[in-house]
Amino acid sequence: MPKLIRNGAVVEEAAAEFLSLEQVQAGAVGSALILEPGEAPDQIPGELSRFELIALNFPVFMDGRGFSYARELRELGFGGEIRAIGNFIRDQLFFLKRCGVDTFELGNEQNLEEALASFADFSDSYQAAIDQPEPLFRRR
Amino acid sequence: MYVYDQHDQRIIDERVAQYRDQTRRYLAGELKEEEFLPLRLQNGLYVQRLAPMLRIAVPYGLLSSKQLRKVAEISRNYDKGYAHISTRQNIQLNWPRLEDVPDILEELASVQMHAVQTSGNCIRNTTTDQYAGVATDELEDPRPWCEIVRQWSTFHPEFAFLPRKFKIAVCASESDRAAIHAHDIGLELVAHPESGEVGFRVLVGGGLGRTPVIGVEICAWLEKKHLITYLESILRVYNQHGRRDNKYKARIKILVKAMGIDAFREKVEAEWARLKDGPSTLTDTEVDRVKSHFTEPAYREIDPPAAQAAVDQHGSENPAFANWLSRNTVAHRVPGYRIVNLSLKSTGYAPGDITDSQLESVADLADRYSFGELRSTHQQNLVLADVEQESLFELWQTLVSLKLATPNIGYLTDMICCPGGDYCALANAKSIPVAEAIQSRFDDLDYLYDLGPLDLNISGCMNACGHHHIGHIGILGVDKKGQEFYQVSLGGNSDKDASIGKILGPSFGQDDMPDVIEKILNTYVDKRTEEETFLDTYRRIGLAPFKEQVYA
Repeated sequence: MPKLIRNGAVVEEAAAEFLSLEQVQAGAVGSALILEPGEAPDQIPGELSRFELIALNFPVFMDGRGFSYARELRELGFGGEIRAIGNFIRDQLFFLKRCGVDTFELGNEQNLEEALASFADFSDSYQAAIDQPEPLFRRR
Repeated sequence: MYVYDQHDQRIIDERVAQYRDQTRRYLAGELKEEEFLPLRLQNGLYVQRLAPMLRIAVPYGLLSSKQLRKVAEISRNYDKGYAHISTRQNIQLNWPRLEDVPDILEELASVQMHAVQTSGNCIRNTTTDQYAGVATDELEDPRPWCEIVRQWSTFHPEFAFLPRKFKIAVCASESDRAAIHAHDIGLELVAHPESGEVGFRVLVGGGLGRTPVIGVEICAWLEKKHLITYLESILRVYNQHGRRDNKYKARIKILVKAMGIDAFREKVEAEWARLKDGPSTLTDTEVDRVKSHFTEPAYREIDPPAAQAAVDQHGSENPAFANWLSRNTVAHRVPGYRIVNLSLKSTGYAPGDITDSQLESVADLADRYSFGELRSTHQQNLVLADVEQESLFELWQTLVSLKLATPNIGYLTDMICCPGGDYCALANAKSIPVAEAIQSRFDDLDYLYDLGPLDLNISGCMNACGHHHIGHIGILGVDKKGQEFYQVSLGGNSDKDASIGKILGPSFGQDDMPDVIEKILNTYVDKRTEEETFLDTYRRIGLAPFKEQVYA
């Protein structure tokens, strides 16, 4: 079973059955969707709430489109689980979490327990984001 | 200047700790080369031709004397005792050890400095007018807005892995000294045509590099409080739609061109509809808080006619002083004060380079004559912004002894020049020896003054760090089958009527460059009317007459 990070802990869970955006656009029904880079949330037809899980794939960690997708999903009202999947690195965990990602399946990371430390890279941030909707200047 | 509170300090301290651990993991083999690469770049660390290069951020070019002394100390303890002022107003060290960088960053953090986002595919240091707050042609001080942008862009969670680097510049004056048309986003503080309220004119899609483009207007007037949400909307469209398949087509300028400005604006406004008036909308409290850091220093009551008389007296007794005064100092908005430029363009020294002892002397001068502050410029010089007229003569004497008084600000030999092939791994050709050869050829000051204001900009490759596209004369190093050649362009300009230079023709060998420049200058002198600058003449007569002379 794949390992992933959920709620600040490493867990093992059965792999989810994801539909691709193309399948969803063609009318397929399911509770989990995976978006590739280039597949922005505004291309998802219908109600987002019918999905329990939307995964964002990171084929290469330098492609940061998923960061915006996560935020947009939240801003569009998606309340289900957002999961980052693929070749992102632990040094991106803090930012991904800020953008609204809940669970993390790190394709390349051997030591997930150690990677947990990256969630605590910063204790505060300047900007408003999903984890902290008020920018620092409103809290100073 | 802006002073950190406990929040700012903690964020910077945590960054140092984060990078220390990343460096440790890299050296222990836990972090792969390609994974460490963007992490070190976002902390300013390049691996160059001969050694790593560390680019230290100087937010909008403002430094305290304390910070400058720290840079001097670091350059002595961790480097070879000199530093380089970059064309983004930053400071570069050419020889630090990769292993030492966490310690260097810790030292910098102790004086509220860092190297955050000085490289990498993220939002870079926001730049502005080096005369901000003291210029006579200014609508309002742009620095509080730069600081607001700095805080918003620092560790922005969504925009740390953009398609490519992203540069923002702010201008608040009649003359554009920040080259805002050559930036991914240019912000110009302007009065609303009807209400008179000051807001932002927003330009987007400017940039130099391989495909130089002049930015276009996306918003004619933006209410100040919406600055952050509007910037965020632009960045979000870029992050999602900018090209990622080809690094030479990844800047926002290519996206704006491909979509057309109207379609691009539509997308930005669709994003903005969601973000506008949200929590990131600026509050008066925050704007006032930031502005309170940029209040006037304690200017002395000065009797301007008396101060002027004293300066004139020195000038009449000492023509070299009078000359420096007219070339290197600029009118200040407060009577009795002048803005003083320190030229880092003395022949025989790489443009923009400064030694540790010069840095310390300049810090002393800043304390003594300019309220302990100084600025770096994108033309790679330094500025003491608040000098009493009565102190100018004394200051000049010290600057002469420090070799920082070359009276050439704004003239041919005050050239912008990237470090080039002597240091940079990206360069196709050397740029420093070309600059030096041209400086040596044109060392007759009267001739330089007769030529009038002239921007000569040199880049060692098409990444255009030396801003060659917007020099009145631009020089670009190119590689032809392993040999270094130089392409010349004419007619570039960085002011409000910005333009991209046109390529003169086939490129030249390094040894030919002084002759080529001489022929170009002779053509100008020959064709100009009495009042015309180089750029005026070029714009009137075009490229052909220059081409004829150079390739005759």
